[in-house]
Amino acid sequence: MSKYLLKLYVTGQTPRSRRAIENLRRICEEELRGQYEMHVIDVLERPQLAEDEKILATPTVVKELPMPIRRIIGDLSDAEKVLLGLDLQPCQPRNDTAFRKEEKR
Amino acid sequence: MTWRNYRGPVPKLLTGIPGFDLIAYGGLPEGRSTLLSGTSGSAKTVFACQFLAEGIRRGEPGVFVTFEESPDAIRKNMEGFNWDIPAWEKAGQWAFVDVSPHPSQETIISGSYDLNGLLVRIENAARKVGAKRMSLDSLGGVFTQLGDNTTVRNELFRIVSALKELGVTSIITAERTEEYGQVSRYGIEEFVTDNVVILRNGLEQEKRRRTIEILKFRGAPHQKGEYPFTVSPNQGVVVIPLSAIELKQKSTDVRIRSGVPELDRMCGGGFFRDSIILLSGATGTGKTLVTTMFIAGGVEDGERCLLFAFEESRDQLFRNAIGWGVDFEKMEAAGKLKVVCEYPETGSLEDHLIAMKAIVDEFQPQRIAVDSLSALERVATIKSFREFAIGLTSYIKDKNVAGLFTATSSSLLGGSSVTETHISTITDSIILLRYVEMHGEMRRGVTVLKMRGSAHEKNIREFTIDGTGMHIGKPFRNISGILSGHFMHLPPGEIERLREMFKDDGDTTPTAPPALGGPETPEHSR
Repeated sequence: MSKYLLKLYVTGQTPRSRRAIENLRRICEEELRGQYEMHVIDVLERPQLAEDEKILATPTVVKELPMPIRRIIGDLSDAEKVLLGLDLQPCQPRNDTAFRKEEKR
Repeated sequence: MTWRNYRGPVPKLLTGIPGFDLIAYGGLPEGRSTLLSGTSGSAKTVFACQFLAEGIRRGEPGVFVTFEESPDAIRKNMEGFNWDIPAWEKAGQWAFVDVSPHPSQETIISGSYDLNGLLVRIENAARKVGAKRMSLDSLGGVFTQLGDNTTVRNELFRIVSALKELGVTSIITAERTEEYGQVSRYGIEEFVTDNVVILRNGLEQEKRRRTIEILKFRGAPHQKGEYPFTVSPNQGVVVIPLSAIELKQKSTDVRIRSGVPELDRMCGGGFFRDSIILLSGATGTGKTLVTTMFIAGGVEDGERCLLFAFEESRDQLFRNAIGWGVDFEKMEAAGKLKVVCEYPETGSLEDHLIAMKAIVDEFQPQRIAVDSLSALERVATIKSFREFAIGLTSYIKDKNVAGLFTATSSSLLGGSSVTETHISTITDSIILLRYVEMHGEMRRGVTVLKMRGSAHEKNIREFTIDGTGMHIGKPFRNISGILSGHFMHLPPGEIERLREMFKDDGDTTPTAPPALGGPETPEHSR
C-alpha cells in the first residue's frame, strides 16, 4: 500500500524533464522508500490530462495523496523545497532557520 | 482614406465589434497579436469575449485562455450579453484553457522550469476547435502566480511568438494601473509589440466616460485618438466612431412642410427632406409647439414621425398637443407616430445614442424630433455632449430623414446655449424663437438664421399661439436688438432715415416698404 501518490508532468524528453524525473525518484527513494507511487506524464502525448490538471509550467509534480494537494514546479533541483512540498521538511530547528534565510534571499 | 478601400500589406480581420472595425480600418491585423490594455473595470474581458463571440457568428471558432477568472465565472458573466458559451463549447466552436489560479493548492518552486505546459494546452485547444481567434485574459496573471522573473518573461515571449505560428488572430489583455501612464503593468507591451489598443474608463466631473484608443497597428493604418464606447446589455462593447463617420450623405432638393405654412415661406419653401434643423429659444418661447407642428405636418403628409422627449412626460406632451389641435394619440394608434419619453439621467449619452439608433432602425421614420437636446447636456461633459450630437446628427443624416432638434437658451432674452455652440455648424438650418419686450408686454418672435442651400427670409416676425397652433405675423419693424436681448425702439422716422442711408447713389426710385406677411426679397445664405 502506497502512502504517497505523485504525478510528474513533463514536456517531452528534454534534459530538464530527465533531471526532474531523476531528482524526484532519488528524493522519493531516500525519504519514502516503498511508500510512494510515481507517474510520469508527458503532456505532449496527453495534452488533455494537462488541461484537466491545469498544468501551467513544466515540470510540475502534483502530490495528490496525502491531502492537501500540493504542486511543486521546476526540475526539483532544490531538494529542500521538494521536501517542503511533500510535507517531509525535517523539523530540526537549525535546518529550519537555514531554510528561512534562503527563502528570504 | 476609408477602411473600405484599404488593401495594405497587413490584412485585417473584421472583428464584428460594432464601431471598432471603422476606427480600425477593417479590424485587427490578421494572424497577429494585439495588446488590449486597460485599468480594472475598463471592459477588457467583455471585449476579449466579444471578439470570440463575433467570430463564432462569422464561422470562426475561438479559444479563450483565462488567467484570472474561472471559466465558470466567465460563462455566467457573459450570459447577460446573450452569448451562450456553453452551447458554443458543446458545438466545438469555443474552448477554454483554464489557467486561473487554484485558491486551495499551494505551489512551490524548486529549480528551473518552462511554460511548455501552457503552450501545449493552448496548441491542443486551438487544434481541437480549429481556432481562428484567440483571447488571452489577462497575461499578467502569470506573474501573480509565478512571480515576475526572467524565466516567466522569456517564456511568455515565446508563447506570444508561438501564437503567430498557430495562425490565429489574438487579443492579449493586460492590466494597467492608471488611465494615462505606462501602457501596462509588468510591461506586457514588451512581448506584444505589434499592435496596442487601450481601453479607458476615466472619471470626468463625476461621470464615467469609456473610451478606446488604437495606439498602434504596426504596418497598418487606423484612426487615431480616443473614441467613446459603451457596454450595452444586448450588444456588448459598442464603439462610437465619430471622426470615422464619412461626410457622404446624399443631398436632395426635395422640400417638406414644417407644419406651419408661414414658416415654410420664411424658409424659402419648407425644410429640406434630409436636413437637420436646430430650433433654439428660451424656455416658453414655443419650441415644443414648433416640434408638435413639425410632427403634425409630417403625419398629415403621410410620413412616419418619431419624437424623443427628454423634458416632458407622455401625458404632458399629449395634453399640450391637444391644446394646439393635434391628436398624438390618434397618430400613434395609426402607427404614424412614436413618442419616446425618457429622463436624460437614465443613462449615459452613449447609452442614449445607442438606444435612439435602435429605435430609429426599428421604426424607420421619415421625421425625427428631439425635444430637447439641451436636456441631455446635464448628464454629460461638454466633450461627451458634442460627440453625442455629432453621432446623432450624422446617423440621422445617413438615413436621409429630417431631424428637428430643440435647444434651450440659458437666458430669457437673447443669448445662446451650449447646444447651439456645439452643433450649430453641423445643422443645416437654424430657427430662433425669441422673447420680444414691447411696451411692457412680452411678445414672441421667430427668425430663420440659417438655411443651408436655400434662400430664406431675414426678418424677425412676430408669432402668436392659440388653440389651432402657431401663427406667424408681421416682422418687427420699429425695434432692434432682438437677438442680443438689448431692445431699442425706433421711431418710424428713424427707420425711414436708415433706409435712405443704405440706398445706392443714383438710385432715385423710392424704396417701397416691404410687403408685410408675404415672402420678402430672398437672399442666399451659405
